[in-house]
Amino acid sequence: MIVFDHVSKRYPNGREALTSATFEIHTGEMVFLTGRSGAGKSTVLKLIALLERPTRGTVLVSGRNTSSLKSRHIPLFRRQVGVVFQDHRLLADRPVFDNVALPLVVAGMSLKEVDKRVRAALDQVGLLGKERMLPMELSVGEQQRVGIARAVVSKPPLLIADEPTGNLDPDLALEIMRLFRRFQDVGVTVVVATHDLHVVREFGQRELVIENGQIHDEAADHLPSVIAVR
Amino acid sequence: MSLAVAGTRHLQALIGSLGRLARNPFSTALTLLVIGLALSLPTGLQLFILNAQLATGGFPNAVDLSVYFKTDVPLAKAQQLAHNARERADVASVELISSDKAMEEFRNYSGFGAALDTLKENPLPHTLRVLPRSDAQSPASVEALRRYFAAWPEVDIVQVDTDWVKRFNAIIDVVQRLLAILAILLGAGVLAVIFNTTRLEILNRRSEIEVTKLVGGSNAFVRRPFLYTGALYGLGGALLAWAIVEIAVLVLTQSIDTLAALYGTRFSLQGPSARDVGILLAAGFALGWLGAWISAARHLWRIEPRA
Repeated sequence: MIVFDHVSKRYPNGREALTSATFEIHTGEMVFLTGRSGAGKSTVLKLIALLERPTRGTVLVSGRNTSSLKSRHIPLFRRQVGVVFQDHRLLADRPVFDNVALPLVVAGMSLKEVDKRVRAALDQVGLLGKERMLPMELSVGEQQRVGIARAVVSKPPLLIADEPTGNLDPDLALEIMRLFRRFQDVGVTVVVATHDLHVVREFGQRELVIENGQIHDEAADHLPSVIAVR
Repeated sequence: MSLAVAGTRHLQALIGSLGRLARNPFSTALTLLVIGLALSLPTGLQLFILNAQLATGGFPNAVDLSVYFKTDVPLAKAQQLAHNARERADVASVELISSDKAMEEFRNYSGFGAALDTLKENPLPHTLRVLPRSDAQSPASVEALRRYFAAWPEVDIVQVDTDWVKRFNAIIDVVQRLLAILAILLGAGVLAVIFNTTRLEILNRRSEIEVTKLVGGSNAFVRRPFLYTGALYGLGGALLAWAIVEIAVLVLTQSIDTLAALYGTRFSLQGPSARDVGILLAAGFALGWLGAWISAARHLWRIEPRA
């Protein structure tokens, strides 16, 4: 699903966020990206979601090389990737329904189908019945779940999340992570960047640690116990 | 994407734009007012020219000369001179207007009837209205004719009557050019207003644009509501301009009618025709769409999602 081949990313300000990173994430896997703040977790996600392009090396997502994708094909590419943010990026002046419906509306889906799918997505995250509420009227955990509903409503094969539990207390964080695992259960590839090691240990999924722009595959190196849990 | 879905998306964009305009009634009204005023000026001027041409439409364009005799020339002498003039090869017709007849016409059409009654004697001279033959209407021929009449000792002045018609037409021409300049300048002003309004709108909705692009919204999708908003501004402004012009016509009609009656003509003010209104609305729509399009092309591509 995702292949990083000797990928380096240097930002215009000269900071090298990623140095010759090589790893692979298979279809249907759920992977945690960990590392200190600023280690390069977000950069990896940005490269996957095509918010950035690599300075060197190759990033393949679903077999497509993101470097050679023409800009007019980017919208179609992004419809295949669901993205969840720490600050959830909801539109404050739109009700929950409109926020979740956005990916379907931009894809040109009929209103009837949009209605059906939005309700299904809200049902999956446990927010059915709150369609007409504004994001501000919801709790932080509920807002994050709206963000997740929006990311999965178009049933993308790939779901990426940047610190989705950063603003949540441990119980809520676990609840959100369980939600992600439910999507993995139905075949979605899930990549979650987090510094919440407690959650990572709890779930025992494969963990990619980023340190000074280098990637260490913890599951491949050691932690056989984690693999055993899986 | 099917046609029905495409239609639905356009309808959504249109309704969304209308909704946003309605949610900020004050700023929407101000923008519409600026556009409406800018569009009403050239429309009003165009109407002014049209009416001025209608009001003066009865004037002949053919060259003719008015020959005014001195006031002490008796009618018999004037008749004899008129007869002489008819003999000339370059003269098509000569009409003698006696001082009495001139007085009568003046009394009827000037509105000074009562004042004229107080005059002890008729101050008007006998006049000849001379129409040159059609092959003798070049400036040189008319000038030769003018000199022929001016040389008579009984003649006070010879006036080539087309002069003022020509001047009037020249004035109309100047005003029409002014109209063209004004229309271009104010059209550019409308473009600028909509460009800037769209720019502010884009900046205000930056986060929405980012999120839309993030979930796979194409540039066309992101741009569409701004184009609709711009076109609605243009169309709304044009409708307002139409209303302004119609109200102005309504306000002026009665006094113009009175004025025309005083001059003994039956001229009445014309409002804009259906064609004029059509052009106005189309121009407003096009300017709005274009202004928003330029603004969107300039500002939207810079907004890319951050992570």
